[in-house]
Amino acid sequence: MQHMGSLYTAALRMTRNPSDAEDLVQETYLKAYRAFGTFQEGTNLKAWLYKILTNTFINSYRSRKRRPEQTDLDDVEDLYLYRRLGGLEAASAGRSAEEEVMEHFTEGDVKAAVEALPEQFRMAVLLADVEGFSYKEIADILDIPIGTVMSRLHRGRRALQKTLHQFAVARGLAEPVAETAR
Amino acid sequence: MTQHPDYPSQPDCRDALETLYHYLDGELTEGRRQDIKHHLERCSPCLEAFDFEAELKMVIARHCRDRVPEHLRVRVVMALAEASRQESQSG
Repeated sequence: MQHMGSLYTAALRMTRNPSDAEDLVQETYLKAYRAFGTFQEGTNLKAWLYKILTNTFINSYRSRKRRPEQTDLDDVEDLYLYRRLGGLEAASAGRSAEEEVMEHFTEGDVKAAVEALPEQFRMAVLLADVEGFSYKEIADILDIPIGTVMSRLHRGRRALQKTLHQFAVARGLAEPVAETAR
Repeated sequence: MTQHPDYPSQPDCRDALETLYHYLDGELTEGRRQDIKHHLERCSPCLEAFDFEAELKMVIARHCRDRVPEHLRVRVVMALAEASRQESQSG
């Protein structure tokens, strides 16, 4: 069963629930089986499966929710985490401290931070950073313009970094953001 | 390498940092990629920022993997077998 690991991982991050994720993966394979005639030989099978997965998620799982998901994101600056850890500062010396913080992020931290993203940003980040799809492939999978892919990815990554920074602060690995310094 | 006190306000650094994700995502044209690469060879603060973001991207990818439960594989194989059986009956 090709790509099941990737599809299951994506399904878990999308549904945030193992039972829904399993249903979503099964439905994706069934739809792919029935629609296989429309798959063009020589094109990207993985991207094609992801398109079915995301469409199925958008059409059946998301509509179960009573309210559309909040899509507001606090807009924070670029390289949020790096800056908060002291990177890009003129007067700092050793750089390894920033990278060291990253080693403390657990699988649970990263998954929670990804899952905390509003859906449209979460999908863009998953497809780019976890699955390594190109902007054009993501545009095709999500059926949105490339410019929208880039802006969702950009904002999603910044928000993800903000959450990771909060985890680092909670563990005493980073300084909290001083309100007065903003 | 000494860092300019106004870092990263210099045009080359600003340009590099603005292009950082496109660079890491492999979305730059070859010419632009070379420009940034040359800048990074000369500018260690930018290189460090790029390294940090590249590492973070890898950490995210590595920590977002889940093992497929065996019962799910079995379930999907059975569902596909059933779909194939129905298809051959109706056809």
